[in-house]
Amino acid sequence: MSIINQMRLEFMGCPQNESFARVVISAFAVQLNPTIEEVSDIKTAVSEAVTNAIIHGYEGAQGTVVLSATINDQHILTVEVEDRGRGIADLEQAMQPFYTSHPELERSGMGFAVMQSFMDGLEVTSTVGEGTHIRMRKHFARDEK
Amino acid sequence: MLEHARQRDTMLVRIRGELDHHSAEQVRTELDELIADERITHLVIDMQGLTFMDSSGIGVLIGRYRTLARRKGKLSVQNMSPLIERIFQLSGLHQIIQNHRSGAGEGRR
Repeated sequence: MSIINQMRLEFMGCPQNESFARVVISAFAVQLNPTIEEVSDIKTAVSEAVTNAIIHGYEGAQGTVVLSATINDQHILTVEVEDRGRGIADLEQAMQPFYTSHPELERSGMGFAVMQSFMDGLEVTSTVGEGTHIRMRKHFARDEK
Repeated sequence: MLEHARQRDTMLVRIRGELDHHSAEQVRTELDELIADERITHLVIDMQGLTFMDSSGIGVLIGRYRTLARRKGKLSVQNMSPLIERIFQLSGLHQIIQNHRSGAGEGRR
């Protein structure tokens, strides 16, 4: 497997950039000739990951989010979202559907469940005080659409 | 982002654009103002013009559902796109919030 394209983008972790990140990832994925549903899947997953970085990583403080992606010759898109925020102490608990550390903010606690369901692979690593790294993978059909 | 029409105890709200964490706060505030009158017991959200929603939108719906449930009312949604419907199903919201696919006449009794 070899990488045929890659991108890396660094932006301020503010809510305005959630839609920015969605537009960027859909534009990058265009070369995979995706279906509308596939575009929607990656936009939604990236939106969840970036929102997590902003709300939970930085909790309103200023910080940088890095969105990077690669496409390999097997038509697999890998997307990574990294923050240098506070990190997640209990990952297993954080990834439980409906778990939210911020019930007062009316968060649904569905972020990781959405990423898991809309992508074909999800890996999360986090270190308290250092940040969180989300890596997601999606396979695209090779057929002409 | 919101247009509304009231008929007796029912508030019909049409939502447009993208519902994410960024827009959620404004939508939440506007919806709460629209249903502030306790006599409103049915909130219908029309999603025809909604082009994107992530789990932040689920949080908004759950919050309004709770407000209405406290006054023995109900929340329903209509004209949800298939893509948004997947989030709705995934979160189990379809079990507590009615989803009308073709909502013609809904909220206009």
